[in-house]
Amino acid sequence: MASAVVTAPPQSRPRKLTNFWRDGDQISHLVTLLFAASVLLVTVFLVYELWIHSGPSRAKFGFSFLTGKTWDPVAEQFGALPFIYGTVLTSFIALAISVPLGVGAAIFLAELAPPKLSNACTFFVELLAAVPSVILGLLAIFTLVPIMRQYVEPFLKDTLGYLPWFQGPAYGVGYLTAGIALAIMTFPFVISISREALLAVPPEQREAALALGATKWESTWQVVVPFARLGIIGSIFLALARALGETMAVTMVIGNDTSIHTSLLAPGYTIAAIIANEFTEATGDVYLSALVELGLVLFALTMVLNAAAQLLIIATTRKGSRQD
Amino acid sequence: MKRQILCIAFFTAAATMAASAETINAAGATFPAPIYQKWFQDFNKMHPDIQINYQSIGSGGGIRQLTEGTVDFGASDMPMTDEQLSKVTKYKVLHFPTVLGGVVPTYNVQGVAMGMNFSGPTLAGIFLGTIKKWSDPALKKDNPGVNLPNEDITVVHRSDGSGTSFVWTDYLSKVSPEWKSKVGANTSVNWPVGLGGKGNEGVAGLVKQTPNSIGYVELIYAAQNKMDYGSVKNAAGNFIRADVASVTDAAAGEAKEIPADFRVSITNAPGKNSYPISTFTWLLIPDKIDNPTKKKSVTEFLKWMMTAGQGDAAGMFYAPLPKPVIAKEQKQIALIK
Repeated sequence: MASAVVTAPPQSRPRKLTNFWRDGDQISHLVTLLFAASVLLVTVFLVYELWIHSGPSRAKFGFSFLTGKTWDPVAEQFGALPFIYGTVLTSFIALAISVPLGVGAAIFLAELAPPKLSNACTFFVELLAAVPSVILGLLAIFTLVPIMRQYVEPFLKDTLGYLPWFQGPAYGVGYLTAGIALAIMTFPFVISISREALLAVPPEQREAALALGATKWESTWQVVVPFARLGIIGSIFLALARALGETMAVTMVIGNDTSIHTSLLAPGYTIAAIIANEFTEATGDVYLSALVELGLVLFALTMVLNAAAQLLIIATTRKGSRQD
Repeated sequence: MKRQILCIAFFTAAATMAASAETINAAGATFPAPIYQKWFQDFNKMHPDIQINYQSIGSGGGIRQLTEGTVDFGASDMPMTDEQLSKVTKYKVLHFPTVLGGVVPTYNVQGVAMGMNFSGPTLAGIFLGTIKKWSDPALKKDNPGVNLPNEDITVVHRSDGSGTSFVWTDYLSKVSPEWKSKVGANTSVNWPVGLGGKGNEGVAGLVKQTPNSIGYVELIYAAQNKMDYGSVKNAAGNFIRADVASVTDAAAGEAKEIPADFRVSITNAPGKNSYPISTFTWLLIPDKIDNPTKKKSVTEFLKWMMTAGQGDAAGMFYAPLPKPVIAKEQKQIALIK
């Protein structure tokens, strides 16, 4: 890395120190490199801290921490599985709702809507993205939870109750409600970034498709959207990152139950939620370090899913180039 | 440049001026935080040279910071365990009860107006999930003449670690051997059944919204929000509705047997008017304070808190300490060296 810093500029100039420092490019290179390195540094430091402070828990439970289903602060027995399950499940529900909704809305706003309407809508989308999650959580408690309990969950039980995912009492809080709250929170991101990606598609692409006799929809769906897929996938993974780490709004509507349920209507828990809930009053070294280890697990989970995202992007890029 | 130097000089001067007043840092429990803030402010008005900063970061956090020596004193809703005390090496920790609080069962049962009665084992049964319906014979026995619906009970508990949960589970452990062996008492436990709500407001919100549910909240929260709550059967066999007087009575009932270090649970206390789900909250003070001004400030505050300070309690729905406890505590102040 250091060699990159001192690489001489193209013109062959005597490399005196004064010249070196007079050259703005070198300084900006160095400074921005430092800034970029700080990201890496913070990440490494974060993992190091999580690793050190989770020591007692890792020593006591080993890998069984990941598969343990009990979370008992009194007996100091800790297992992360209910929280991993809850985190992945709620994020999956959130994306299953917000991605089709968000991408569809982005296509409309970028390609089909008149510019005035598009700009107005975009303004509101960005406003929605800026609402603090605790406010959305409060709204979810007062509006979403009663609607879920009185209408949506009884309806699901009546129509799909033979499936194991829609059984049990309708509390109004649970995996499904948390997933829907997360969907509301993530879909402005999907719209906003997907729309930017679609708008960045060169007009020649559209014109070429239309010139070949494609309809407006065909040009949008078969030319513009595939061209913008990297941006759209990026938006999805930003949404996923937000869903995985969201804390306040989730803990307010998920029911905070430390056991695993098949039913989406049942209460559950997420990693971020239990850390926020129990950290302040956690006494005892093993208890505290188990909570820190949950943080480590969440970090690893995010890494794994991001790696999966990269693989997905590589895979779809190849597929796209073959089609071309 | 000149302006910068002036600026720096100004801030340094401001910083030294602020430091000339003695600043004492404390951290801990959230439950007594409102009255502590008021006390520390009022005390600062009388002694402008003493400034006590209190961070309500939770009992666990208060104990941790005291152990690490980053605060001058801590505060907790539950007494420190022997294990925790053994980790504090620099000094011994003295427990000073400050006020009392109660935890009350709150419920939302369709067709039942108010004033339900609960006995301890019944509450334990409900929270264990063995009593499943409101029409259970145990509930009918406690509430003769009340038309209880034949509906499933939804249990609501705190999801965040909390002294409130500690008192609640401590009480259930005392009245139910099954609860003690299966669940136990702590700031958070492995709840056998139920939904978790964050904070008093989370539990109250879920109970209010969910038909046929039961939860528990701090007496202060229930009183401030004019919520209805149930009476609980005490050790003497009377159903007692929690209020400032009945919570103080619980401490008075236990006062004779209070250990010298004040580490005592007063749930299920004797006395015919004692409310059984009551607790002290404690200040955790080191018995050795090296800085003489700090030592003087802390002892002055403790003396004031036990006399004039107690007058603020009832107005804020905290139960004041009974006189015998105050007398014992005043002797403990002399142990601060």
